[in-house]
Amino acid sequence: MSKTALQFRHNGRDVAIFVDGGTNLLVALRESIGDMTPKFGCGQGGCGACSVLIDGELHLACLTLAETAAGRSVETLDGIKEGPHLHPLQRAFADNFAAQCGYCTPGMLMAAKALLDRNPQPSRAEVVEAISGNICRCTGYEPIINAVLAAASHRARA
Amino acid sequence: MPITVKTFGSAGEAASALSSDRAARYFGGGTLVMRALNEGDTSISTVVRANDHALRRIEAAGPRVTIGAGVTFARILAERDLAFLHAPARSIGGPAVRNMGTVGGNLFAPNPYGDFTVALLALDATLALQGGFGARDVPIDEFLQSRERQAGSLVISVSCQKPTSSEAFRYRKITRIRPKGASVITLAAHVPVSSGRVVGARLALGSMAPMPIRARAAERALEGRALDASTITAAASAITEGASPVDDALGSAWYRREIAGVHLRRLLSDQE
Repeated sequence: MSKTALQFRHNGRDVAIFVDGGTNLLVALRESIGDMTPKFGCGQGGCGACSVLIDGELHLACLTLAETAAGRSVETLDGIKEGPHLHPLQRAFADNFAAQCGYCTPGMLMAAKALLDRNPQPSRAEVVEAISGNICRCTGYEPIINAVLAAASHRARA
Repeated sequence: MPITVKTFGSAGEAASALSSDRAARYFGGGTLVMRALNEGDTSISTVVRANDHALRRIEAAGPRVTIGAGVTFARILAERDLAFLHAPARSIGGPAVRNMGTVGGNLFAPNPYGDFTVALLALDATLALQGGFGARDVPIDEFLQSRERQAGSLVISVSCQKPTSSEAFRYRKITRIRPKGASVITLAAHVPVSSGRVVGARLALGSMAPMPIRARAAERALEGRALDASTITAAASAITEGASPVDDALGSAWYRREIAGVHLRRLLSDQE
C-alpha cells in the first residue's frame, strides 16, 4: 500500500508530508508534523479535543481524512499566539482559571476562536453553543464561558 | 491497516466503485466512516469520495426543495429558504460536527444519531440514488427499511415539499444533557391544518426502533380532525404502537415508551 503525498498550509507555513491511506488529520498533524497541540481524546467526534480550523471553519481533526486537507489552510492552537505574546483568548483562559488539567484547552480555544472570528461580541448563549461540542471534565464550563466573554469584551475595549 | 482512498470527479463513477466492492464505503463528512476506521473497523478496506457539484447543491427557492447529499448541517443553517430544517440541523452535534456531517450521511447514522433523518421522514422526503444499476428515486421510508442493504448505492440528493407554514412542521429532540447530547427520543411532526382539520399528518420517531419510524397509529388519530386537546390525547396514547425501543445508556425502553406521548402532546400543543 503506497503512501500519499500531501501538501497543505499549517499555521501559515506550507508543509509537505506522506500519509498512509485512511490516516486522519490528527495523526498527520501530531506524528508527521510534530504539532502536539491538537489532542486525541475519543477518536469518535464526541469530545472536541482535536478541534482545528480548516479554511477558518471548525473541524474535528480525528474525523478528517488527512488527504482532504490538501491545498487547504489548517490552523491549530500552535499557530494562534502572536509572536511571544499569548492570544487574547489564551490570556483570558489563564486569567479566568479556565484550564485545569488542560487536555480540553486546545480544542476549547479553537472552538472559541472560530466563534469570535465571525461573531466578535457573542452572547453567553452563543458561547455555550460554540463550545457545546467540546467536553471538559474539570471546570464545569463556567470559567471557560467567562473567559471567552472576557476575551470578547477585552477585544471590544482594545 | 492502510485504506485505499479513491476520489472521483463524478458521483456516477463513485457509485460504480461502491457497487463493485463490498468492502468499500462512501466517505462523506467523516463523522461515521472515519469514526469506524478510528475504531479499527476491518470491514472497510476502501473509502470512496466524489468531488461532484451535484452532491453539494441546494435548490430551495420553490415549493419543493432538493438538498445534495453532501450538504453539511452548517450550510442548511446558513440557508434562509431552509428555515423549516433549522431546528433539526441545530440539534445535531456541536459546531465542528455541523461543519462536517452531511444530510446523506445522516441517513445511515445508527441510534442514537440520525435526528435529521427523523425530520426528513416526517417530511416524506424522496431520495435520489445512484447505483451500479443506474439512477432511481426511492421514498425515504422504503429506503430506511432496507438501509443495511443500501451500502452499494450512493445517495445523490434528498427532496421534499416545504411545509405550508411554520406550525405545519414541528421537531423536538429529547436529550439528557444541555445544550447538546445524543437523542433519548426524537420526534418530528408534519401536521398541516386545512379548514380547521389536519390533512396529511405524518409523525416520525427517532430512537424508538433500530431506524427512524413512522408512528402510523398516531397519524390516524390526527388525520381529518381538529388539532385540539382530545385529538392530541388520542395521538399521544397511540404513539408507541409499532415502536421497539431498546435499553441503552441514555434511557431504558420503558422510559422511552413513557415519555414519547408526553413529548408528542407538548409538541402538538406548543408547550415547552
